[in-house]
Amino acid sequence: MAKIHGAVTIDIERCKGCNLCVVACPTDCLSLKEKEVNNRGYHFAYMKNPTACIGCSGCATVCPDACIEVYRVVEK
Amino acid sequence: MNEEVRLMKGNEAIAHAAIRYGCDGYFGYPITPQSEVLETLEAEMPWETTGMVVLQAESEVASINMVYGGAATGKAVMTSSSSPGISLMQEGISYLAASELPALIVNVQRGGPGLGTIHPGQSDYFQSTKGGGHGDYHLIVLAPSSVQEMADFVALGFDLAFKYRTPSLILSDGVIGQMMEKVVLPPFRPRRTEEEIRQQCPWALTGKKGRGRNVVTSLELDSAIMEKNNERFQRTYREIEKNEVRYETHHTDDAEYFIVAFGSMARICLKAVEEARAEGIRVGLIRPITLWPFPYDEILRITEGSKGILVAELNAGQMIEDVRLAVHDQVPTAHFGRMGGIVPNPLEVLEALKTNFVK
Amino acid sequence: MELDKIIDPANRVYSRPRLLDERTMHYCPGCSHGVVHKIIAEVIDELGLEEQTIGVAPVGCGVFAYNYIDVDWVEAAHGRAPALATAIKRLMPEKAVFTYQGDGDLSAIGTSEAIHAANRGENIAIIFINNAIYGMTGGQMAPTTLEGQKTATTPYGRRVDLNGYPLAISDLFAKLDGTCYVTRQAVHTQASVRKAKAAIKLAFQNSKANKGCSVIEIVGTCSSGWKMTPEKANKWMEENMFVKYPLGDLKKEC
Repeated sequence: MAKIHGAVTIDIERCKGCNLCVVACPTDCLSLKEKEVNNRGYHFAYMKNPTACIGCSGCATVCPDACIEVYRVVEK
Repeated sequence: MNEEVRLMKGNEAIAHAAIRYGCDGYFGYPITPQSEVLETLEAEMPWETTGMVVLQAESEVASINMVYGGAATGKAVMTSSSSPGISLMQEGISYLAASELPALIVNVQRGGPGLGTIHPGQSDYFQSTKGGGHGDYHLIVLAPSSVQEMADFVALGFDLAFKYRTPSLILSDGVIGQMMEKVVLPPFRPRRTEEEIRQQCPWALTGKKGRGRNVVTSLELDSAIMEKNNERFQRTYREIEKNEVRYETHHTDDAEYFIVAFGSMARICLKAVEEARAEGIRVGLIRPITLWPFPYDEILRITEGSKGILVAELNAGQMIEDVRLAVHDQVPTAHFGRMGGIVPNPLEVLEALKTNFVK
Repeated sequence: MELDKIIDPANRVYSRPRLLDERTMHYCPGCSHGVVHKIIAEVIDELGLEEQTIGVAPVGCGVFAYNYIDVDWVEAAHGRAPALATAIKRLMPEKAVFTYQGDGDLSAIGTSEAIHAANRGENIAIIFINNAIYGMTGGQMAPTTLEGQKTATTPYGRRVDLNGYPLAISDLFAKLDGTCYVTRQAVHTQASVRKAKAAIKLAFQNSKANKGCSVIEIVGTCSSGWKMTPEKANKWMEENMFVKYPLGDLKKEC
């Protein structure tokens, strides 16, 4: 069976910490930083469980600030 | 096609002159006494010949905003209306001025305020020359006093609008709009191509091809930049004041008294001047053609040391404020005005001149 | 597989749209406007219309749309975008012309221009963001505000006896002979964004092909104005907005 590996990169300075990507993620991969903030004071999103990512783009699609890029590898 | 001599109404002349100028679009709404502009354009069907767009909008508000959109594309676009309709357009006119867009607006004035009357008036002088809409801006205001000038000022208005990137206004009135006269219509000029617009108006919205995106906006939240924008507008206005003052004089060389009048009232006053001279009263007429920029210096120079200036208008006294500013109240001034759509005869003007000055 | 092996340009499946400007958008966290901007930028790029598109920006939160999508733009007076678009499209029929308007802009002050442009069958795309509130001015009632909804000017909830009924203006657009496509979409989930994007794409194609007026209503959230987290706003939208403003095509003749 093919194995899917995914990953996202997040432009943390662009992120406003709206949490919509976290909600959209089907594999509970993302979270907001609890203490750390970006230059604008937002608790930005990050990959909490990187191995869970399947590269579905759900997070990036609903991100209003276009700060997420998605990568996907299908291992045969 | 070459120039052509025709007999027609002032409003019709506006329409024909627009087509012949190579105007790209007209957007208007019916209102008396200017409806013949739109009617003539619809009857002429210029979209079949020159490709000019003609559209009856749902309101004057829509008309002026269509002009705003059209002007943003670098096209030569115009609208016409009469006083109440022009009031509705003021927001859009302010946007045009603030976005530095060329456009032509025609006001065939009727008496106000409010719905007022459908008969002629000149009571939109303040509105036209002192702003009208919100913010610090001016329009180039041309006041025709014949059907010929209705035709001529379409080209002049557009040319000035494009030269300075600011809207022009033809401030006519119900007399000039409705009366029929001989008019020499100019030869047809081709409309500019999109390529010519790209070259001549690099700011125009023609699609982001071979350049960065163009944005036409009047909004700027950074006060420092917004003040700079305003300073740029004001520099343009100073340039226009320097270069574009237009006026006409009659019998001024030996005059002891002067009448200052514009538009249809100037025609009546010219007759009054002739009547006065037949009685041995040496009167001259000054007719400002551009109401903004106003011929302040010229009026001062011509009337200096004279015995009195009668300012005659179809209103309660509006241009007289500029005449008094021009002569610094060094020459006595008086106003003769009729309102409510009344058009006076020359003898009333002569009588006013005598009553005020010729004792 | 290691992260740095996955994060390789060759494996990229989603990236920031090329026609979205670099600057950070001024919208509040979670605002639907950003998502709609993104899909408009993608659509223009995918259709190859970058050099042939003119956008008309509104007054309201979307006023700065011209800062974010990299095509030619004009910023209209409040509500008048369809009048500007009418002239632009008629003067340059080969271009794709769209307006971007909120519910205050389109369904309150600009009703006349929107209805008449649609009714004349102007070949423009109207992108209409309905979040049931005036966002930019601080969350006042809009014609689209739901019954009972609290806003800055209906602090005890909208009362129809005082403020009239919520206006489902797209239903009106669908009745007009001049519209070829009227649809109501949302952008709160991956699936809904995909559908909304397809709708916007069709609207741009209709404009380019001069098929008539397309109205794409996007039911969106205004978490600041609604005083909710973005996540809660999405839920509230599903439970309340979608009842009054159900999603789907209202008219499709293209």
